[in-house]
Amino acid sequence: MADVLKVTDETFDEEILNSEIPAMVDFWAEWCGPCKMVSPVVEELAREYKGRIKIASMDVDGNRQTPGRFGIRNIPTLILFKGGEVAQTIIGAYPKSYIDEEIKKLL
Amino acid sequence: MEDLIIIGAGPAGLTAGLYAARARLKTKVLERFSPGGQILTTDWVENYPGFPDGISGFELVDRMRRQTEKFGLEIQNQEVVRFELTPEKKTLMTDKETFESRSLILAIGAAPQKLGIEGEDLLTGKGVSYCATCDGPFYRDQEVAVIGGGDTAVEEAIFLTRFAGKVYIIHRRDELRATKLLRERAFAEEKIELVWDTIPMRIIGKAGVEGLDLKNVKTGHESHLSVQGVFIFVGYNPNSELVKGQLELDSLGFVVTNNNMETSVAGVFAAGDIRSKVLRQVSTAVGEGATAAFAAEKYIEALMHKEPL
Repeated sequence: MADVLKVTDETFDEEILNSEIPAMVDFWAEWCGPCKMVSPVVEELAREYKGRIKIASMDVDGNRQTPGRFGIRNIPTLILFKGGEVAQTIIGAYPKSYIDEEIKKLL
Repeated sequence: MEDLIIIGAGPAGLTAGLYAARARLKTKVLERFSPGGQILTTDWVENYPGFPDGISGFELVDRMRRQTEKFGLEIQNQEVVRFELTPEKKTLMTDKETFESRSLILAIGAAPQKLGIEGEDLLTGKGVSYCATCDGPFYRDQEVAVIGGGDTAVEEAIFLTRFAGKVYIIHRRDELRATKLLRERAFAEEKIELVWDTIPMRIIGKAGVEGLDLKNVKTGHESHLSVQGVFIFVGYNPNSELVKGQLELDSLGFVVTNNNMETSVAGVFAAGDIRSKVLRQVSTAVGEGATAAFAAEKYIEALMHKEPL
């Protein structure tokens, strides 16, 4: 889906840490079942918050550095960023209502 | 008012939905995550009938979901937080809306049981995991421990050998509970070492898991095992907080039903892992989902005949 920005080890800092608006990154991988539960929710949220929150995803299989930088050892993990800093980390699959609440705190 | 609301879109809920849609019942499925349920956490399903080469957990439930779409089933992303139950009307509340239905099927499933030991909560997400497919790949060439002795523990331990350098299976008895075929595979796997008669006492680590303190239940001898990951597969707890006090539950919290999936409340049925039963599998969930939908249909017909014209 077009609304979720794909980020890589190379583009992460520019897109997320240097982002003017708050951002949320969905760390996932193809072999991870629960990630497939969270991804559709992330897509919906990307549509709903377009222009206000930058919603991105990173495939941890092809990008090993960034997860290491943030101590990620479990997926799905959602990290919310504001002003280049980690504002909140959500580890595991949570319902849309919970993720939505956390995003609202960034605004 | 709906004819039927199904809470949960795992295999039980999806099958109930499929049958309900084909019976042309006015139905809604309410799912708090996205469709799939627990089977999503597993890499490969080999014991669901119809798939001689096996199938991924995701692919299996995705097919089930697509099949329900063909018959027009509506699945909404909602989390039911409370309900009120009478024989004629079931009122369900989410944080956004209220739904009303003549009948209800609870297909709300179960969640992994925790060990309840020191360090477990602290290090969840930092080396403590309940999902090998989610987290296994982060332990490439490292040493990990799997706690448990049933099918899930053994299957996931075997899965973990794809990444980890060594996998310890730590079990409190001297014999695995797992299906014989899985036991054979575990014994044949070089990277797996079985630690018998042992329980974990605490999980050690600050920023991440560093090791486990263990105790032999027969000798009392305590020891320490250095591992970077701890995968816990010691059973499942019913997701029954929603129904406590409203339905009859067994001593472990699972919903008591009869052969027709009827619970202790008229017009409320249960299917899948939430039920009190001996075997929790996709294959049993599917059969129960179909039965519950059929029973709900009969219930609604009986209700309609009693209603004044």
